Amino acid sequence: MDNLEKIVSAALEQFSRIHGAAELEQAKARFLGKAGALSDLLKGLGKLPAEERREAGSRINAAKDRLEAALAERREALARAQLDARLAQEAVDVTLPGRGAGRGRLHPLTRTQDRIEAIFRSIGFDIADGPEIETDWYNFTALNNPENHPARSMQDTFYVDQKDASGRPLLLRTHTSPMQVRYARMHEPPLKVIAPGRTYRVDSDATHSPMFHQVEGLWVDEDISFADLKGVYTDFLRRFFETEELEVRFRPSFFPFTEPSVEIDMAFGAGPNQNQWLEISGAGQVHPAVIRNFGLDPEQYIGFAFGSGIERLAMLRYGIHDLRLFYDGDLRFLQQFP
Amino acid sequence: MKLSELWLRSFVDPPLSTAELAHALTMAGLEVEAIEPAAPPFSGVVVAEVLEVARHPNADRLSVCQVNVGEPAPLSIVCGAPNVMAGMRVPCALVGARLTGADGEAFEIKRSSLRGVDSQGMLCSAKELGIEDDHSGILPLAADAPIGRGVREVLGLDDTLFTLKLTPNRADCLSLVGVAREVAAITGAVLRAPAIAPVAAQSDARFPVKISAADGCGRFTGRVIRNVNAAAPVPEWMKQRLARSGQRSISALVDVTNYVMLELGRPLHVYDLDKLRGGIDVRFGRKGERLKLLNEQTVDVDETVLCITDASGPIGLAGIMGGDSTKAETDSRNIFLESAFFFPDAIAGRARRYNFASDAAHRFERGVDFDNNVAGIERATELILAICGGEPGPTVDDVAQLPERKPVRVRSARAAKVLGISVSDAEIAAIFSRLGLASANTPEGFEVTPPSYRFDVAIEEDLIEEIARIYGYERIPANQPRARAAMSPQREAVRPLIRVKEAIAARDYQEVVNFSFVEAGWERDFCGNDAPVKLLNPISSQLSVMRSGLAGSLVANVRYNLDRKQGRVRVFELGRVFRADNNVADGPLTVAGVAQPLKLAAIAYGPAYPEQWGLAERKVDFHDVKGDIESLFASAALRFERTTHPALHPSRAANVLVDGKTIGWLGELHPRWQQKYELPQAPLVFELDLDALLAVPLPAYRELSKFPPVIRDLAVVVDEAVPAQALLEAMLGSRPALVQDLWLFDLYRGKGVDSGKKSLAFRVVMQDTSKTLTDAEAEAAMAQLLQLLTQRVGAKLRT
Repeated sequence: MDNLEKIVSAALEQFSRIHGAAELEQAKARFLGKAGALSDLLKGLGKLPAEERREAGSRINAAKDRLEAALAERREALARAQLDARLAQEAVDVTLPGRGAGRGRLHPLTRTQDRIEAIFRSIGFDIADGPEIETDWYNFTALNNPENHPARSMQDTFYVDQKDASGRPLLLRTHTSPMQVRYARMHEPPLKVIAPGRTYRVDSDATHSPMFHQVEGLWVDEDISFADLKGVYTDFLRRFFETEELEVRFRPSFFPFTEPSVEIDMAFGAGPNQNQWLEISGAGQVHPAVIRNFGLDPEQYIGFAFGSGIERLAMLRYGIHDLRLFYDGDLRFLQQFP
Repeated sequence: MKLSELWLRSFVDPPLSTAELAHALTMAGLEVEAIEPAAPPFSGVVVAEVLEVARHPNADRLSVCQVNVGEPAPLSIVCGAPNVMAGMRVPCALVGARLTGADGEAFEIKRSSLRGVDSQGMLCSAKELGIEDDHSGILPLAADAPIGRGVREVLGLDDTLFTLKLTPNRADCLSLVGVAREVAAITGAVLRAPAIAPVAAQSDARFPVKISAADGCGRFTGRVIRNVNAAAPVPEWMKQRLARSGQRSISALVDVTNYVMLELGRPLHVYDLDKLRGGIDVRFGRKGERLKLLNEQTVDVDETVLCITDASGPIGLAGIMGGDSTKAETDSRNIFLESAFFFPDAIAGRARRYNFASDAAHRFERGVDFDNNVAGIERATELILAICGGEPGPTVDDVAQLPERKPVRVRSARAAKVLGISVSDAEIAAIFSRLGLASANTPEGFEVTPPSYRFDVAIEEDLIEEIARIYGYERIPANQPRARAAMSPQREAVRPLIRVKEAIAARDYQEVVNFSFVEAGWERDFCGNDAPVKLLNPISSQLSVMRSGLAGSLVANVRYNLDRKQGRVRVFELGRVFRADNNVADGPLTVAGVAQPLKLAAIAYGPAYPEQWGLAERKVDFHDVKGDIESLFASAALRFERTTHPALHPSRAANVLVDGKTIGWLGELHPRWQQKYELPQAPLVFELDLDALLAVPLPAYRELSKFPPVIRDLAVVVDEAVPAQALLEAMLGSRPALVQDLWLFDLYRGKGVDSGKKSLAFRVVMQDTSKTLTDAEAEAAMAQLLQLLTQRVGAKLRT
């Protein structure tokens, strides 16, 4: 019995040096197997006096449990090491670029338009779009801009080789204002809508494109005043440019479809255009003649309208200096707008 | 409109700096677009009298001048100008004077020696002073210019030129007096309008005038002046004021009429009396009549064009431009002055119809004061007598019919409602008074009678605008309105357009925006459209027709980027296309005769994937792009059918159908266009109706089965010509109820399959919601599918 401790320590020592599963099982047989060292000791128990036999038996069993536990632990350690080795071998270069398709991007004008829509939607504006080839009536007459009126020359109009019912040539809308009239005739007041879209004028130079984008806004109810226009448009600019450091000024102007009419200028409080007045929108209280063309009574309904250039807003927002970049389709430019 | 600040301040001189005055005008609606000095800065240049001119001893082209600048001793100055003569008065830059060079940099005049002769200053040309480009010689000054006085003062160079951007409603401000009137109203400064005294007649010479078209010509004031010297030189002060208003000096008579127009806003016309035949009749034109104008253009007139006529026929377009046959020239002796009022409606748009513009038409179509005809003629007479001499006849004023000036009412409460701020009655009354609007009180507000020079005051809102303008837009508060908090409808079955754009961008297409007008050739090539909607006034032939499809623009996008070394171009555009279509009627959002639907189109050129380490490069092909399209229609059942399309390769083109309706097409660009448009490879293109893309079915839940699915494969062989879709539809159309799903997972040609045949393999998912399927049931369903294929498309089980 004296060598029980020796056998245990010899076994523990051997187990710890073994690195293969098969080798470990052979070692197990040497100590715990039928012909193993502990089995020999168990066999020798019968020779002991009865009073010693009991105690010796429990010592041998305890030693056997210790060896079994040591074996299990060693087995697990070996398995873990094997897994670790496999995992290490399976390493990938996580810095290699991802595989597969690329991703396209939205045009900066879409991005800008979406932003404008979100801001106006946040106070309950609807979004509308309509025809780009328009009738003279919707584009001009309904907006209080009769034929031959000098105000028409403010906008050089593209005409097409199709005629309306009264024989007047159809035209490319010079602003998205016709949507005011179309929307108003389709809906009941309160009218609260923006109409973004493509517009066209006979003008092509560094700062004018024959096609450009405008957003028209209209809010007509029983009590929407010029002061409300000032509040809403000022708010819009500060939300759009995400700054309170932005001055807005309203100065008298003339548009056939609004009265009083206003030209809106803005000036940033910081940045490259700091303190410079920049024209940003034409606006005003909707002219009573236009309200009547909406099919409404101007005594009951009043409100404001505005029209702003989407390119202009985008250029100021993103620091773009050349209008033509919007229409060139140059991927190097377009990919800058994630 | 350009105007001189000095001239303006001669009529009204508010205590404001130049910048403050410009700001005040801008904030009152007369936008000052530009402010520029009349001359660049310089100092130390005075009026000198040339006393003596001697040849320079060492240089042929130089002379040595003795000049008197008001100092006790004359200065000796070397000068190279050919026109320098003893006795003339000229600008002299003294030693120490600072001038601005042609490069914009300032420099100082120093005492110097020119070829051995001392020079105590410099005699200056107009160019050296920066006034004009003339550098042919010394600038001659008036013979009575005060010697030693600063040239800036003598020439009035300390002046500023304002460029006003006037809105079309403010014709009353198209003159110095008009702007001065406005400045007085804005600032409260006193208006000193020019005092115009009648010039007494020295003869009884008259010329007969008849107004036949009283609805076109309301008033005609005329005057004969005999024995004028039309060749008399125009005084410098007048030339200068004209120049600062952007008018070139032409001749004494023309300059006087222009001057009076600029000063009073009163267009005039001068006839050579000796060229007039019979008497003047103001009437509308007659078909067949024609007329050669002052600008040499010959125009045909008709019943819509108001004309000045005499016994010879039309001699001028009333209110627009005079005729060539009766024009006053420098040899004219006897003249007839016209100072008429023409109604805006009789003039508007006529000049534009003849494709030109004139200052008179610009004013008459906007509205000219009908009460200053006589004043205008008296002022012109005064100036003509002073410059050209002559004997005036009496001023003859024929009034046919003047515009009505109906009183306009404005309610104070309405003004408050429109503006969102209440302006007191006292303040409103003061505003009207400053604007020269005669007003009377009414129970609700005011009644205003507009003056003869205002053509923009006809309704209540016109007056509210005037109140707001003078009250100051800046003083109206910015208010956040209160609004009803009604929710707006949100349609789930129509997705927002931006979702579609995001979906296609996610498939690696970059959005572009192209012009809606294109070359006619693109329409022919890519849309097969020989009759596109044409622009009547295109800016160029490349932008002359409205596109009926987006493909041409996308091909151009590819070319543009290939030229910039991009080997892979995938772009999309969402836009309207336009096609004449008699089935389209006028509607809330339609215009009769033109279909203009929104389309989404895309093009894919080059490798299927961006160049990368982990995928072998291959060219994008038909089925890549078909997959892109399928991904855009998340759940709709799409069908693809072979088609032909003008833009596409005839064997690689398909229509896209939803519910049996064609909603778009896709395919490979036709090799013909690939070659013509110089593309090294063939791109894939597609175009889809936006409406179809926006529609998303409302999801409807189906019970999930608790029982395991059975999955089986079915491989069949069919003729090469049988499209895969025929097999799918044969099975799906009559499938056994327990077949939940099936799809094509393999396509095989080659060993084991006869040539001219192909093998298609389908995976079939079967399931029952109420029980576990038995093998027998699954086998029966598979047999049924095979039978469908055999019967419908002649398929054989692949063995």
